Amino acid sequence: MNKKYLKNTLYAVLLLAAFTVVHYSCQDSKNLTTGDEAAKVYVPPGTYDDFYLFTSGGFSGQVGVYGLPSGRLFRVIPVFSQDPEKAWGYSEESKPMLMTTHGFIPWDDAHHPELSQTDGVADGRWLFINGNNTPRIARMDLSTFTTAEIIEIPNSAGNHGSPFLTENTEYVVASTRFSVPIPNKDVPIKSYKENFKGTISFVKVAKDGAMDIAFQILVPGFDYDLSHSGKGPSHDWAFFTSYNTEQANTLLEVNASQHDKDFIAAINWKKAEEYAAKGKAKTVSADYFINRYDEKKHMGVSNKKTSVKVLLPEECPGMIYYLPTPKSPHGVDVNPTGEYIVAGGKLSSTITAHSFEKMLKAIENKEFEKTIDGIPVIKYESVVAGEVQNPGLGPLHTEFDDKGYAYTSNFISSEIVKWKVGTWEVVDRIPTYYSIGHLCIPGGDTKKPWGKYVVALNKITKDRYLPTGPELTQSAQLIDISGDKMKLLLDFPTIGEPHYAQAIPADIIMKNSKKIYKIEENQHPYGIKAEKDARVVRNGNEVHVYMSTIRTHFAPDNIEGIKVGDVVYFHVTNLEQDWDIPHGFAVKGAPNSELLILPGATETLKWEPKAEGIYPFYCTDFCSALHQEMQGYLRVSPKGSNVKLSFGTGK
Amino acid sequence: MKHKSKILVIIASLILILSFFFPLWKVNLEAPQYPEGLGLEIWLTKVTGQGENDLENINMLNHYIGMKKIEADAIPELKIMPYIIIFLILFGLTAGISGKKTLVSTWLILFFVIAVVGLYDFYLWEYDYGHDLNPHAAIKVPGMAYQPPLIGSKMLLNFNAISLPSISSWILALSVLLAAAALYLDRKEKLNTHV
Repeated sequence: MNKKYLKNTLYAVLLLAAFTVVHYSCQDSKNLTTGDEAAKVYVPPGTYDDFYLFTSGGFSGQVGVYGLPSGRLFRVIPVFSQDPEKAWGYSEESKPMLMTTHGFIPWDDAHHPELSQTDGVADGRWLFINGNNTPRIARMDLSTFTTAEIIEIPNSAGNHGSPFLTENTEYVVASTRFSVPIPNKDVPIKSYKENFKGTISFVKVAKDGAMDIAFQILVPGFDYDLSHSGKGPSHDWAFFTSYNTEQANTLLEVNASQHDKDFIAAINWKKAEEYAAKGKAKTVSADYFINRYDEKKHMGVSNKKTSVKVLLPEECPGMIYYLPTPKSPHGVDVNPTGEYIVAGGKLSSTITAHSFEKMLKAIENKEFEKTIDGIPVIKYESVVAGEVQNPGLGPLHTEFDDKGYAYTSNFISSEIVKWKVGTWEVVDRIPTYYSIGHLCIPGGDTKKPWGKYVVALNKITKDRYLPTGPELTQSAQLIDISGDKMKLLLDFPTIGEPHYAQAIPADIIMKNSKKIYKIEENQHPYGIKAEKDARVVRNGNEVHVYMSTIRTHFAPDNIEGIKVGDVVYFHVTNLEQDWDIPHGFAVKGAPNSELLILPGATETLKWEPKAEGIYPFYCTDFCSALHQEMQGYLRVSPKGSNVKLSFGTGK
Repeated sequence: MKHKSKILVIIASLILILSFFFPLWKVNLEAPQYPEGLGLEIWLTKVTGQGENDLENINMLNHYIGMKKIEADAIPELKIMPYIIIFLILFGLTAGISGKKTLVSTWLILFFVIAVVGLYDFYLWEYDYGHDLNPHAAIKVPGMAYQPPLIGSKMLLNFNAISLPSISSWILALSVLLAAAALYLDRKEKLNTHV
């Protein structure tokens, strides 16, 4: 009896022990490391990372610049959102960059960074990113890491499928997530099927980067989601996913999930280009802004345009086809050879890969199942190349490595699956923490993937970092893909929500990185080239202060004769020509931000003093040993006072 | 003089032309904040920075200690030096072509004297820049002067100033050596013929 009791107790203890081991080893599996990860991500002090990683800032509207493999954040490039640190959207020069037909908009939702390409390979000249909410595309210059241009996309709502590029950066594309009445008008929402349309825009990128809308294609009122252009043999084509082919206008989570297949729109942009050139396009009045930053004038200029060219599919045969694709497809990704068009059917249990070659044959043989508004729908069997079975739940996006493998993110099952292009078999999978959206392999959406790493861009972090109250950091995870098995190396936090990211070998970009702006090339109308030109000029109630900064003083640093009711413009030129010596400028009570003026640049702060008194100003960027001495005074006198305008430094 | 020696003297004269195209002296300034380097180059005709904006950045830094601006216009020697070198070239050519040993020897001695005076003059300028400081300078360290060494290195506050002859100086030295070799060879051959 006693023996049996003992035995049972022993079993119970063993069972508990086994459970404990299993339980804790399971818990540990999410932190599973083998010990050499630290060495693989360690970039010793004073040495450089191998790759730049550009992440979208999501609803922060900015772009994050990180190094790989360290995951260190170097810079936040202000794009669509005001940034008081850099006076972006606060300085008079940068305000025009945020102009839209809806007025000045100091925010947007930035999703997809795309590096400019030459012959299908990322070339590091520019980075494009879309503004989702008020449809826009921004172009950043990667010699200065600043926003050089923002173009508004008319006849659009929800610029999600953007800014994907053709192989030589001929075009950057934009498709509408929301279909809307075009032109926009007051109609019942229930008239969706009758009145709502989508557009797919091709924005021409000039040799110097300047963007303008070449043409728009009016398409049926679905939700257009994501895009990628062809490469190599499929060079002339661009592909766009769509969902809500049900054309629901309410409760889309149910109503837009009914069809077994939605569509990938395949557009022959070369043909569209020809049609537009042949005068097939209708010129439609549509207002939009092009805002360009002139690097020599150090100034953004807004230019309002009033019309676009629109092509209609029914009038342009051969320009656009639909490829049926299961099921509410999200990402559409083209493999490096340009042959396979891979769709992440987010509600599908498989990943679909279409064949470009089959598509051309099907078009030739007219293997169509129907036509929608002039767009032939190719039979699924005629275009599909293969399906990846059991790829995980909620496949979203696919990137490619340099060895013929594809990597697909699965949001619901929170994992990346690796599969072989051509055989469609899954060869490896790795969990992500948690709920991965996009993923990024250096060059992973181009003709030339550099491979080495995949970066998981996650939506949820929960217990991965020290808690910071209800709002937690966003995060990325670095995974080594150099071997047969994927290996988690590093978690690192990111700004905003990192939707998509792009990575590129560091040397391609760093060799072009500017150190200063040349003062002799400064063409700012209120800039000065030397301290002797510093002055204050009154023009009615407008006062222009031509101010210079150099270590360690402002000129002028004493200004009198400003009156309540004046509008004062401080045009501050940083005369420094030394690397990494910006000066800041801040005035007490100024209701906008500081200025941060880079060597050789001029920036302007507008200030309307409301009350008389003495107003100090100072340099905000610790510039030198006597930074704390870099200060000045403004005297503001009452309206109508006879204090004479005077100014100087050291007098 | 023998043919070979004459050629050597002519070469010694002609290579001096090259000294117009390279700096004579380099002063490197090393500090933690300047990993990319910062420095001056002294040429026959000008003073420049090593990097595009180095000279103005050095002047900018020097204003903290009250040093005068280093400007080519303020140094009259830079206007005279090219003529001295042209004179040396012409003199050397004449000596070489004529083959007169006394002329070559005179040229060598003159060259040597000019070099010594030049170095002393350079030292005087360094002394002047290093000591003639604005009494109202922001940074005043009692007893501190900012004269860089003629050759070698010296800590000047946070900067390690390293001063070294550069390509043109080596060209001048080579010229002297070639002329000396010419005289030496000539003497040796004469001794041989006497025996």
